[in-house]
Amino acid sequence: MRYTLQSIWAYRYFIISSIKTEFKAKFVRSKFGGLWMIFHPLAQVLIYALVLSAVLKAKLSGIDSQYAYAIYLMAGMVGWNLFMDIASRSLSVFIDNGNLIQKMSFPKLTLPLIVIGSSLTNFFFLFLAMVVVFGFLGHSISFTILWIPVLILITITLATGVGLTLGILNVFIRDIGQIMTIIFQFWFWLTPIVYSKSMLPEKYQDFLYLNPMSGIIDGYHSVLVYNKAPNLELLIYPSILALSTFILALFLYQKSNKEMADLL
Amino acid sequence: MSILEVKDVSKSFLDYSSEWKRILSWFGLSFAPKEEHKILKHINFSIQKGEAIGIVGQNGAGKSTLLKIVTQTLKPSQGKVTVNGRISAILELGMGFHPDLTGRQNVYHSSGLMGFTQVQIDEVIDEIEEFAEIGEYFDQPVRTYSSGMSMRVAFGVATAYRPDILIIDEALSVGDAYFQHKSFDRIRKFQEDGTTLLLVSHDRNAIQSICDRAILLEGGCIIKDGEPEEVMDFYNALIAQKENSKVEQKTLDDGKVETISGTGEVTIENIRLLNSQNQIVEYISVGEKVTLEILVKVNKDVDELVLGYMIKDRLGQAIFGTNTHHLKKEIKELKQGTQIEYKFTFNSNIGVGSYSMAVAVHSGESHIVNNYEWRDNALIFNVANQDKDEFVGTSWIAPKLEYNIKR
Repeated sequence: MRYTLQSIWAYRYFIISSIKTEFKAKFVRSKFGGLWMIFHPLAQVLIYALVLSAVLKAKLSGIDSQYAYAIYLMAGMVGWNLFMDIASRSLSVFIDNGNLIQKMSFPKLTLPLIVIGSSLTNFFFLFLAMVVVFGFLGHSISFTILWIPVLILITITLATGVGLTLGILNVFIRDIGQIMTIIFQFWFWLTPIVYSKSMLPEKYQDFLYLNPMSGIIDGYHSVLVYNKAPNLELLIYPSILALSTFILALFLYQKSNKEMADLL
Repeated sequence: MSILEVKDVSKSFLDYSSEWKRILSWFGLSFAPKEEHKILKHINFSIQKGEAIGIVGQNGAGKSTLLKIVTQTLKPSQGKVTVNGRISAILELGMGFHPDLTGRQNVYHSSGLMGFTQVQIDEVIDEIEEFAEIGEYFDQPVRTYSSGMSMRVAFGVATAYRPDILIIDEALSVGDAYFQHKSFDRIRKFQEDGTTLLLVSHDRNAIQSICDRAILLEGGCIIKDGEPEEVMDFYNALIAQKENSKVEQKTLDDGKVETISGTGEVTIENIRLLNSQNQIVEYISVGEKVTLEILVKVNKDVDELVLGYMIKDRLGQAIFGTNTHHLKKEIKELKQGTQIEYKFTFNSNIGVGSYSMAVAVHSGESHIVNNYEWRDNALIFNVANQDKDEFVGTSWIAPKLEYNIKR
């Protein structure tokens, strides 16, 4: 383990330069370049807001703004986007870089780190864009924003844990990648992002929190929509799950390391 | 201390009836794999500092797998590889290049992949640019490059710092002649400074001119490890090897190794080099008229017989070779028991030195189709300069000199 960390440290320049490269590459050939990574989620928010606000607006309590639903949506989306970005890219990170892994000798764990780094960059810009949009909508955020790094940390750990565990298995059983793209879609709808918990029949509300993302997204809502600290109780279960999947991923990595390059 | 030590390395790829069994086996449950493909079997060798080793073998012999294990992109199933130094491997040029980045940006990016820091590359970036010689293209996106150009940049990066071990997998056969020379010069320079070289190639000339040792892989095993010429002769024989054929090597008095291979339908009974007085000679003079006399015996009816010979210099490079097919004298429908005496008479317009003769009997244009018998180092002879003006080189190309002094 210590050796692994050392070799990753030795490759820090590669990690940083890869994140930069990915960022730069977005700007090279399209006019709006990196702006697209903000436009896409914002467009999604716009669609949901247009389609669903009429239906759902009335039931959203605790915030008085005519744009309440749009704000709620955006706060959840920004958190989900970070999770989704890391999880889905970790899922295929080894397969996508198969040729590189076979031909060059470098610590493979740098690859998920690059994924995390570039997803965080995306998140940063999306978050900024969101704050700007909030300003236009007349919604301001308070110092509770200081909770965001904590939420980010849990989100990243869970996303990497889930994504990498499945990403390693995906090298050996390629169906996993296909199944997961479907599961991720269900997962999105099973998380209170476009709706809120209170809109559900009461008997289902508790089941919602079996989904670790529910508690995390709840945190983003608290901080960004309601300007209060996240409900820490709701974060305990996601944190434990995040840590266990993360450890499982590292364990699988150690075990599969010997055979992984054989099957890429 | 050897710089690279490969000890009892085996590599097999395991096939399980279900991949879940493989995954469960990481958790301590044991399942027997359905199939085990053994790619490498008990490979042992060690390399000293500054040695240049050629690795040869047919496709599928395990060369690439061995290289990947040495560079540690693949893990051995068994055994151990010890490396005492930094390896730079050119398994595929342009790995990690991003098409939208410029050459310069890619140099930084891909050298990060080799474990270099930004600062280290800052020191050599000008040198890499100069080495690549692609002018303004260095600051253009790599997608606009020709394959030769990206190879120039990639080679420059891979060899920016002198590694302790340089591994090259046929990558150098790309690129134009000028750049090939340039890269070989750099490789030789590294070698002089103590870099160990590991070269995988099918190119006999490259192996023999660069390497001082060669390893022949066949079916995952090392079947020959020694002098490049000897190993290449054996390899050559192996390519032509067919069912029922044998390969045999014996050491001659002068230390050279004679390689005999073939299926044996026709055998070479006797080879002699004669001078104009019909005396057997071992020393001939430059330009002397000599006769190569070869006696072959047909052991089994054959449809067609072609006999070829090749004169090679002391490094094993071909000086001249031809056969009776090219000379339009192939013999058809031969009955068992026939003996044929061939006489090739020629002027030995070759330079001073020691030469060997390889002789082969086969059908068709080359020995690949039906190799009855092939002998490397079948005959050794020396050329001395007795009556010609002093010259260098392997060919005697007598000039007629005229000059005018103009004022």
